[in-house]
Amino acid sequence: MTAVVELTWTSVCALSALQPEAGVAVLLPDASQVALFRTFDGALHAVDNIDPFSGAAVLSRGIVGDRGGVAVVASPIYKQAFDLTTGACLDDPAVSIAVHEVRVLDDVVQVRCP
Amino acid sequence: MARTLVVVGHGMVGHRLVQALRDRDTTGRWRVVVFAEENRPAYDRVALSSYVDSWVPDDLALAPHGPEVELRLGDPVTEVDRVRKTVTTASGVEQHYDALVLATGSFPFVPPVPGRDLPGCHVYRTIEDLDGIRATVAAARGVGRRAGMVLGGGLLGLEAANALRGMGLSPHVVELGPRLMPLQVDEGGAALLKRLVEKLDLTVHTGTSASSIERDGERLFARLSNGLELDLDVVVFSAGIRPRDDLARRSGLEVGARGGVVVDDACRTADADVYAIGECAALGGMVYGLVGPGYSMAEVVADRLLGGGAVFPGADLSTKLKLLGVDVASFGDAHATTEGALEVVVNDAVAGTYAKVVVSDDAKTLLGGVLVGDAAAYPSLRPLVGRDIPGDPVQLIAPSGGGVELALPADAQVCSCHAVTKQDITDAIHAGECADVPGIKACTKAGTGCGSCVPMLKKLLAECGVEQSRALCEHFDHSRADLFEIVRSTGVTTFSALIAKHGRGRGCDICKPAVASILASLDTGHVLDGEQATLQDTNDRFLANIQRNGTYSVVPRIPGGEITPEKLIVIGEVARDYGLYTKITGGQRIDLFGATVDQLPRIWRRLVDAGFESGHAYGKALRTVKSCVGTTWCRFGVQDSVGLAIELELRYRGLRAPHKIKSAVSGCARECAEARGKDFGIIATENGWNLYVGGNGGFTPRHAELLVSDVDTETLVRVVDRFLMFYVRTADRLQRTASWIEAMDGGLERLRSVIVDDSLGICADLEAAMAVHVESYADEWRGVLDDPEKLSRFSSFVNAPGTPDPTISFREERGQRVPVPLGLPEVAAR
Ligand code: SRM
Ligand SMILES: Cc1cc2nc3c(=O)[nH]c(=O)nc-3n(C[C@H](O)[C@H](O)[C@H](O)COP(=O)(O)OP(=O)(O)OC[C@H]3O[C@@H](n4cnc5c(N)ncnc54)[C@H](O)[C@@H]3O)c2cc1C
Ligand code: SF4
Ligand code: FES
Repeated sequence: MTAVVELTWTSVCALSALQPEAGVAVLLPDASQVALFRTFDGALHAVDNIDPFSGAAVLSRGIVGDRGGVAVVASPIYKQAFDLTTGACLDDPAVSIAVHEVRVLDDVVQVRCP
Repeated sequence: MARTLVVVGHGMVGHRLVQALRDRDTTGRWRVVVFAEENRPAYDRVALSSYVDSWVPDDLALAPHGPEVELRLGDPVTEVDRVRKTVTTASGVEQHYDALVLATGSFPFVPPVPGRDLPGCHVYRTIEDLDGIRATVAAARGVGRRAGMVLGGGLLGLEAANALRGMGLSPHVVELGPRLMPLQVDEGGAALLKRLVEKLDLTVHTGTSASSIERDGERLFARLSNGLELDLDVVVFSAGIRPRDDLARRSGLEVGARGGVVVDDACRTADADVYAIGECAALGGMVYGLVGPGYSMAEVVADRLLGGGAVFPGADLSTKLKLLGVDVASFGDAHATTEGALEVVVNDAVAGTYAKVVVSDDAKTLLGGVLVGDAAAYPSLRPLVGRDIPGDPVQLIAPSGGGVELALPADAQVCSCHAVTKQDITDAIHAGECADVPGIKACTKAGTGCGSCVPMLKKLLAECGVEQSRALCEHFDHSRADLFEIVRSTGVTTFSALIAKHGRGRGCDICKPAVASILASLDTGHVLDGEQATLQDTNDRFLANIQRNGTYSVVPRIPGGEITPEKLIVIGEVARDYGLYTKITGGQRIDLFGATVDQLPRIWRRLVDAGFESGHAYGKALRTVKSCVGTTWCRFGVQDSVGLAIELELRYRGLRAPHKIKSAVSGCARECAEARGKDFGIIATENGWNLYVGGNGGFTPRHAELLVSDVDTETLVRVVDRFLMFYVRTADRLQRTASWIEAMDGGLERLRSVIVDDSLGICADLEAAMAVHVESYADEWRGVLDDPEKLSRFSSFVNAPGTPDPTISFREERGQRVPVPLGLPEVAAR
């Protein structure tokens, strides 16, 4: 049997609450967490907040930047970098994190999640 | 069955023999028994004078042998029976040998001056000798500045004089010959040398000697043959050495005309089973008083014992004065004794430099030279001895241009202490075995002796193209020090502006915090102002240390470790009310663990209201200045160590740096605050303070080294100001002061010349920069609490600010809350 998970848009915050090149944590209705980032060019990215290397919910507190032009966040615990667009870990090809869709409606940021 | 090798003497050369044999005798052909007269294993006698910086014997230790080597300490050999092939020791042990190596070194020659055996008269060869000198100096209770006399103005005499100076004495150097360092330096060089050492408060008496020494109560009086009388606390004899050849003599082996066990170029005596190496051996009519030739002999014998045919390769007698802060070097045929040799001299009395090269009669071959005042050319000239000079010899020492660039031939010996050639080093570099100076030291031993070849090692690395990249990361080609200068001189105040102009891309977790730290060092406002907040590592961004479960720890500053009961109660109450795990740190303060992001401001509100401020445990900044109780309570204390620690901690709090900075102040030489393990550590003396720099615990522990001694508080603070600012400006990212000094060209001496002698003329600027820091310091936590915009960032979730992170949970251990280990969720593979 396959469980069908319905994805819905959750409103998170005003766009203006997001500082460029920084992240915030978002709590979802099912108690899971998303790390939401706004980069310098205004692009928004949402990925899982849990750092797979430590198990701690901290990726929103990592430093945002680029590696060879790819937008990344570095985990604040052991410093592995994750591609904000694909979720791939650049330091360990076997590891990646989930990415989520983000949109802005009337200046409100929404994340698409279970 | 293994044959037995007996080694008599565990000095530097005996040690080297055993090490070389153990390295190569992989099949265990030899069992090794060593008898040592001294009570401790071999140590670095060449560096003996540095013992007075720390008085820690272990700082001189050489690599220990494996357990298979039988090392009998404190049991000298008294008899050798070559017929029965045994040795007998003082304790009565009789030991058979198949091969015997004499490595008994030499003893200091003490001229027959009446009174030479009086208490307070010492020689200068072993750790115990220096302990004895120290005890005499400590017992001396004269009024005014204490004085010492060193008999002998050679290389060792000057070292001994410098050591006395380090102990707070005014040294007199008495030399029978017409000039200082008569063996190594010519007249012109010695005249300048005398001027330079007199500037260092040494009084030099040449062409005279002591005719008598008398004791009157606590004092010693020396009468010189020129009529002068000296009032002294201590006398040190350094009038040359004599080989310890009496064992050989008594067992019927031949000794040389001026002493020394006669050996052939295989280091073998007339008895094929008996060898002699090091300072006790006379090889080719010569007794060598340097460690390099001794090491070569040790290698020869190790090879011979394993069936090889090695012969003594000849010796390099070049020398360089260590420690005095005066550059002197002498190499090759320094006195131009070769037939027809020509001398080329550049004597600059104004600059205080003297340089001479000795060349062959056709001016084509370099034979030797003397450098005084500036010996920078020494590492590149010395290996060229006996080789052709490109062009005019005067070019080699021309003050302009600092000499010509010389291509060293592959077989030139770069490190004479360990007989390592250029080829050995470049091979190791090309084989990828080493990419920096510590690497070369580890794989070739070059540079681990007197250290004078280290500048050459750097050049060779560069020549081989391994100039290590100084680029900070993929976004900046500059080193941290370069970026610091760019920010300072251009006045750029944002990361965006800096990377747009001087870098590329958007930055990363390496360059962003590094630039944030530079901006903070230049006191450009609060670390969380505007864009700066996004540059900070999570610890700096939340002004707390992140823990394994994503919570943070809180460390209020407790300057010097001193705290009132009221403040302790506040910490206790806050910890209790927020359920924080509480622990005393290794830095004499208290750490409260397990706070969530949203709790941090509330916790700090209470702490700040009670008078606490940020302890910067999270920052690359000053951490703690530990203290011992000092004079206030301790019966041994000689200064107020707590008072000074608090003053220093308050002065430098908040100073952002390339890495964390730690300090400590001890109230006396018992050193209860462990100051010598710190970036800068201070130890109280009767007369003031001794300042040590470059200490480190952590991954690579290292004792701090003495920078200045017996200074008053004002001078101390001035030197520390300069030290810290110079470090902040020039160190690499995440480079502690220990490795910063190690990597500096010229090391501690260079540091001293810049921040004590002001050789670059930047000290006023460094002090002014520190004054700006002290002036503009403000508590970072108060800055957050007073700013609603900054406070708003301390929330768990942007869409649910008050809700705690549901992944965090605690259990109880020994009555306190500790994190429940996080179950690592499955990793989604894509
Ligand atoms: C709390 C404390 C241990 C304790 O319970 O006693 C501690 C805890 C940490 N130390 Fe330490 N060190 C603590 C004293 C020391 C000491 C002893 C001392 O300071 O007297 C040393 C050796 C001395 C030295 O630094 O030279 C020490 C050498 C290190 C090192 C190795 C540094 C090095 O140069 O090799 C690190 C790693 C680093 O900084 O890169 C480190 C890093 C850390 C970090 C910051 C690791 C991290 O990134 O999470 C730890 C977290 C602190 C926190 O969450 O509050 N800690 N650490 C001590 C805090 C002292 C304070 O009051 O500020
Ligand atoms: C202060 C100082 C500075 C120096 N600076 C330099 C320098 O810059 N460059 C340089 O090249 N050289 C320098 N030297 C010289 C260098 O230290 C010596 O050349 C080197 O130590 C010689 O080694 P060795 O093993 O032959 O003798 P030693 O190191 O003297 O060792 C001989 C050992 O044998 C022991 N011994 C003697 N008789 C017996 C016995 N019967 N039984 C058992 N044990 C015995 C002695 O106690 C001693 O421990 C310096 C020396 C001093 C004192
Ligand atoms: S270092 Fe000296 S003054 Fe300080 S506590 Fe120890 S013994 Fe006392
Ligand atoms: S020449 Fe002394 S360490 Fe290399």
